[in-house]
Amino acid sequence: MTALLEVEGLRAFYGQTQALHDVSFSLEPGGITTLLGANGAGKTTTLRAICSMVHAEGAIRFDGQPIRGKATEEIVRLGVGHVPEGRGTFTNLSVDENLRVAAYTRRDKTAIERDRDMVYEYFPILKARLAQQAGTLSGGEQQMLAISRALMLAPRLMLLDEPSFGLAPLIVQEIFRIMRRINGEAKVSMLLVEQNAALALELADHAYVLETGRVVMSGKASDVKSDEAIRKSYLGY
Amino acid sequence: MEQLIQQVASGLANGAIYACLALALVMIFVSTDHINFAQGELAMFSAFMCWQLLELAVPFWIALPAVVLISFVLGVIIERVILRPLHDAPVLSIVVVFIGLLTIFHSMAGGIWGHTIKAFPSPFPKIAFPGSAYFGPHQVGMILVTMLLLVGLFAFFRLTPLGLAMRAAAQNPASARLVGVRVDWMLALGWGLAAAIGAVAGTLVAPVVYLEPNMMSSILLYGFAGALIGGITSPGGAVAGGFIVGVLENLIAFLGDITERATGFYIIGNGEKLTVALIIVITVLTLKPSGLFGDVSVKRV
Amino acid sequence: MATTTTTAPEVNTARGSLLATIRAHWVLVAVLALWLLAIVGGKAGLISNYTFLQFNLAIMYAIAVLGLNLLTGFNGQISLGHGAFLAIGGYVTAVLMARFGWPYWATLPAAALFCFVVGYLFGLPALRLEGHYLALATFALAIAVPQLLKYKHIEDLTGGVQGINLRRVRAPFDLPLTPDQWMFCVVLAVAVIMFWLARNLLTSRTGRALMAIRDHSMAANTMGINLAQYKATTFGISALYTGVAGALYALISEGVAPDSFRLELSITLLVGMVVGGIASLPGAVIGGVFVQVIEKYSDAVARKIGASLHLPIDIEPWTIYGIVLIALVYLMPTGIAGGLATLRGYVKKRRVGTPEGQ
Repeated sequence: MTALLEVEGLRAFYGQTQALHDVSFSLEPGGITTLLGANGAGKTTTLRAICSMVHAEGAIRFDGQPIRGKATEEIVRLGVGHVPEGRGTFTNLSVDENLRVAAYTRRDKTAIERDRDMVYEYFPILKARLAQQAGTLSGGEQQMLAISRALMLAPRLMLLDEPSFGLAPLIVQEIFRIMRRINGEAKVSMLLVEQNAALALELADHAYVLETGRVVMSGKASDVKSDEAIRKSYLGY
Repeated sequence: MEQLIQQVASGLANGAIYACLALALVMIFVSTDHINFAQGELAMFSAFMCWQLLELAVPFWIALPAVVLISFVLGVIIERVILRPLHDAPVLSIVVVFIGLLTIFHSMAGGIWGHTIKAFPSPFPKIAFPGSAYFGPHQVGMILVTMLLLVGLFAFFRLTPLGLAMRAAAQNPASARLVGVRVDWMLALGWGLAAAIGAVAGTLVAPVVYLEPNMMSSILLYGFAGALIGGITSPGGAVAGGFIVGVLENLIAFLGDITERATGFYIIGNGEKLTVALIIVITVLTLKPSGLFGDVSVKRV
Repeated sequence: MATTTTTAPEVNTARGSLLATIRAHWVLVAVLALWLLAIVGGKAGLISNYTFLQFNLAIMYAIAVLGLNLLTGFNGQISLGHGAFLAIGGYVTAVLMARFGWPYWATLPAAALFCFVVGYLFGLPALRLEGHYLALATFALAIAVPQLLKYKHIEDLTGGVQGINLRRVRAPFDLPLTPDQWMFCVVLAVAVIMFWLARNLLTSRTGRALMAIRDHSMAANTMGINLAQYKATTFGISALYTGVAGALYALISEGVAPDSFRLELSITLLVGMVVGGIASLPGAVIGGVFVQVIEKYSDAVARKIGASLHLPIDIEPWTIYGIVLIALVYLMPTGIAGGLATLRGYVKKRRVGTPEGQ
């Protein structure tokens, strides 16, 4: 079975600085993979490189198709939904408009309606706030909106960048529960970048650990979770 | 009293034109963060193109849409070919390019059609109607067409998916890309629309100020004043601002006229309208750059 | 090189130091030489008065462009309205001479001072405006200038729509120079002084502060540079320079009128700065010359281009200006001066880069 996402020898640059050195990993369809590591390890950079948001070299293949160098919006149209760091909310648009614009590239009205209902099922609070300006939502609600926007793309792969950031533990639990549901029910594969390693390892099947732009460890999430040495040296707990 | 109403009426009619220009300026500013200094000359060039079609016996209500379409395409081409590659260039370079465009269109109009003043026919029938004591038929036409245009644009942006995508691209290009919106083309479309709106404005105002290459430079200044008063980030505000400037300048001249007749002392009159616009521009920029309805953007250290 | 001969050492050092002095001030020497050549040529009838008029205008524009360059090139504040300062300087001179009988040379410092004050005052509210906002404010100013000059209440002073006519400036003490030749000497002398002052300013600590503000104003601020003071003062100095050019313009053109100072003039200065080279003193000279040459020959050049392209329409000179502007931004953003500097650097590198011991 072809991997859904394959990254080989990925190098990424911010101007003159090289942030990723020869990163390689792959993602099977259906699973949740997490990228872990300390601040500045290059986790966010990896997600951004996949979406062409940062200058990168090396090979990136989505469903067998090379995507490195393609424009961000073209990669998105291939089925990659990116929930960015900072949520990326359209603050001056309403919640409804945020969801509508996410379906911009789709034609099938019935499917869009169906996905809308799915979103309301996962995040009923969004339905209540449809007419509200998205910038006035709380942090947790904006995170839900960001995930919903990605869902409205009907993606095959979702990239999530630190969804727990700045949110209260209760909200984070809620969101992670729903992410598991989305993965199971909507069959969306996920690549999750997280600072909160414990939480991520609960959710994920596979894990890669990054340190200063290099993959230093990879394996089943359960193995990484139970390996105290790994946890202590790379994940700080 | 009758004179006052006339001044307000004429102010509204002029304001319609300023509102169109202000809207075009705001559209480009919101999507690209650039001030289109060439907006006036583009509009003037469109008016000349319309005149040319009229000279070729094309009926007005076919010529106008044709020119609007041509101007739209022209706007798209300018954005894609000349401005897109300068996306990351310093502000000065971009300003210089806009000035270059200004001079090219200004001089080409003169080069192609000459500098002599031409009469431009008004497409609106010279019939009597209630209120024609205060409004001439062309003035009513200016206001009506402008309102139609604005309603149409409003509907486009609020109700259609493309309009929504354009608004999203203008507000947050990065997030727009992440939902698959081709932001580059949205910017080009924005430019096309701005050029089209300018074409309408230029064609509507030509019968009033007579067609010649210099016709739009002062009107552009009023457009800027309107956009700034309304808020250079707010399309609705820009439109309101345009009308405000139109009425305001007439009222100020009118007041000056009254004062002069009452006291024999001349302070201000028709000859100072540009100065008033200048004062508006500088005052708004210095005191409240976001205007009445715009967003305040904070530049954090 | 260090050969000691039997010639007396004092003579050697005297000659050596003269050469060194000449090399150090080669610009001044070159200017002096050119001036001499021009005057001799003029007296010999080889250079017409009309040509001197062209020289004078070119040098005047160079000073004007330098003024703009100080503000925009070296300090990063964009001005699309510098024609206003040409107007103010010109009108100060004209009014003082025609209404108050001042001698022409006294009006120069007066114009300079007045324009400095106006520029500084304009610079104060302009402080908070960055990039295109400032461009917009100055653009508005440029459009409004002719109307401002026609304001009824100052008509007695300014002469309203007609403007003011000035008598020709003649050479003093019955010197055997035509008025145009004398103006040439005056304009050249003023230019030398002003460029010299500008160079000193730019190489001083103040100058470095100016450029620091241009390159990163926030960093400059945190380093203790008082942004407000510097920016407003720079505006004042810039206005002063262009104002002096304006005064000279009034003298050269024998008068001023409101419609001489339209938007086109401000754009012309911008073109001069961009073509000559932003943030470059020699660039200002190149720019000034370019502006004058184009003004004089633009019709002919445009017609030639139009003819060679077989177009059914007239190519206007301003179309060429516009295309040149856009082309320069793409191809040579540092202008001719910058292009030359890059070329010089390239040549130097090639000369130095010969591999040794191969």
